[in-house]
Amino acid sequence: MNADAIDLDVRRETSRGLETEEMTLNMGPQHPSTHGVLRFVVKADGEVMRRAIPDIGYLHRSIEKIAEKVGYHGFMPYTDRVDYVSAMQCNQGWAMACEKLAGIEVPRKGEYCRVIACEFGRLASHLLSVGATGMDIGAVTPFTHAIREREYINDILEELCGARLTFNYMRIGGCAWDLPPGFVGRAVKFLDRFEPLIDEYNELISFNKIYVERLANVAVVSREMAIAWNLVGPNLRGSGVKYDVRKDAPYSVYPEFEFDVPVGTGERGTLGDSYDRYMVRMREMEESCKILRQALAGVPEGPVVAKVARMFKPPAGEVYVRVEASRGDMGWFVVSDGSAFPYRVHIRTGSFAAMAIIEELSKGLMIADLVAVIATLDIVAPEVDR
Amino acid sequence: MDIAEIHRRLRERLGNIVSPELEVKDWSLCDVKPQSIAEVCTILRDEPESAFDCLSNLSAVDRKSADTIEVYYHLFSYQHGHRLTLRAATPRPDPILPTVSHIWPIADWLEREAFDLMGVRFTGHPDLRRILMPEDWVGHPLRKDFVEPEEYHGISTRRESLLKL
Repeated sequence: MNADAIDLDVRRETSRGLETEEMTLNMGPQHPSTHGVLRFVVKADGEVMRRAIPDIGYLHRSIEKIAEKVGYHGFMPYTDRVDYVSAMQCNQGWAMACEKLAGIEVPRKGEYCRVIACEFGRLASHLLSVGATGMDIGAVTPFTHAIREREYINDILEELCGARLTFNYMRIGGCAWDLPPGFVGRAVKFLDRFEPLIDEYNELISFNKIYVERLANVAVVSREMAIAWNLVGPNLRGSGVKYDVRKDAPYSVYPEFEFDVPVGTGERGTLGDSYDRYMVRMREMEESCKILRQALAGVPEGPVVAKVARMFKPPAGEVYVRVEASRGDMGWFVVSDGSAFPYRVHIRTGSFAAMAIIEELSKGLMIADLVAVIATLDIVAPEVDR
Repeated sequence: MDIAEIHRRLRERLGNIVSPELEVKDWSLCDVKPQSIAEVCTILRDEPESAFDCLSNLSAVDRKSADTIEVYYHLFSYQHGHRLTLRAATPRPDPILPTVSHIWPIADWLEREAFDLMGVRFTGHPDLRRILMPEDWVGHPLRKDFVEPEEYHGISTRRESLLKL
């Protein structure tokens, strides 16, 4: 029998004997490597996914409905819970929406405190993201390194406002507390220690061959796809779109600081792959450190909060405010009818879009890569469900 | 080209389907006849001078006093960096709008959210079902006339005030 015939026989055998049927696999809602409570129904052909259908809503706490019941000041602690991994920017989004409705000017020192708090929040959030990415694809050690540094940031933020996760630091018109005595010195000391650690972390994991292989060329999001699916923040920039709300639609005192907007370049694979999204976050941490150094060096004197009536009644109207949260452009749509309670609040978050794109992205991926995709899209379930 | 010019051309082309521009707290807003929203969105995305390649947000607002549900479409163009908001008002007892999910894929989920929480039905949507609330939930919770059910699957939603215990 010649070789071709054998080959044909083998092929016939395989097509008869190993015929596979579509398998439905349930992942979640309590899967350890999904970020928060979320669920996927995976349609798989062997190890390859035909598609992964996200099923969300497990963490829906009707935050938008609560806003209509608790009033403007009272809603501030709830904004922490929208994205509890980087609550500072949620605070800021809500405060800015209210200030815009009522035309309130925030004192300069208040803006500086906000920027300092938000950038520390971004560092903490990105550290959790890059650490968890490692853990999701099987590298546990980097996670402990990232969390170790994150604890120091939590200490700093605790000094600022007394809480480590859900800060409730900002108020309509400014911030709740001034910087405590000696805060600037300690924060700079932390940055001196932290900045070299970013390089160390990169050497430990980012350029590790196995790690690169797991992320490069996986789940590529093209520029057009990212825009049409409304990906925002690091996910968008990972696809090579240089857009950052802090730069392109500036708010607060961000225009006073010099920083770059890192974008993906396809350095280890294709532009817009998981590695690019991961690397954008690593580089953004360096930029946050730059902003922090400038902000800490230039904290002005004065009050941190403007005088705002305790019974806050903004004039009737509607605003749409955007802030650059850790997971990107966060939109706050607030409608006021002139009463003490918001008429309607809608929060558009970065993770919502990132979650929506997964069904499209998962086609043809290995099942094991799904967690890598969730991790590098930096999905935080409470932010999806609100 | 600035937004006022885009808006003027749109009015020229479509006439009264698009209302004159309203300036609301530094963003431009215009009303669109609800049945034409998909048509207007297609033009705004495809014309090179407007090029709204991204739907930033889609929010529904229950205007009880006007007996309408308003849907806001926040459009953004990464190409030009400009933004525009469209508003379509649909009657409250029977809110129906054409889908825009074939124009921007993200609208799929945003419309499902508006359907789930506000009860707006989007005709032509490929898979219009609840997204945040449980599948068997009755009613649309963000409607102003929504009454919270007494219980859900035997779980009471009421509790005594702590002060009365």
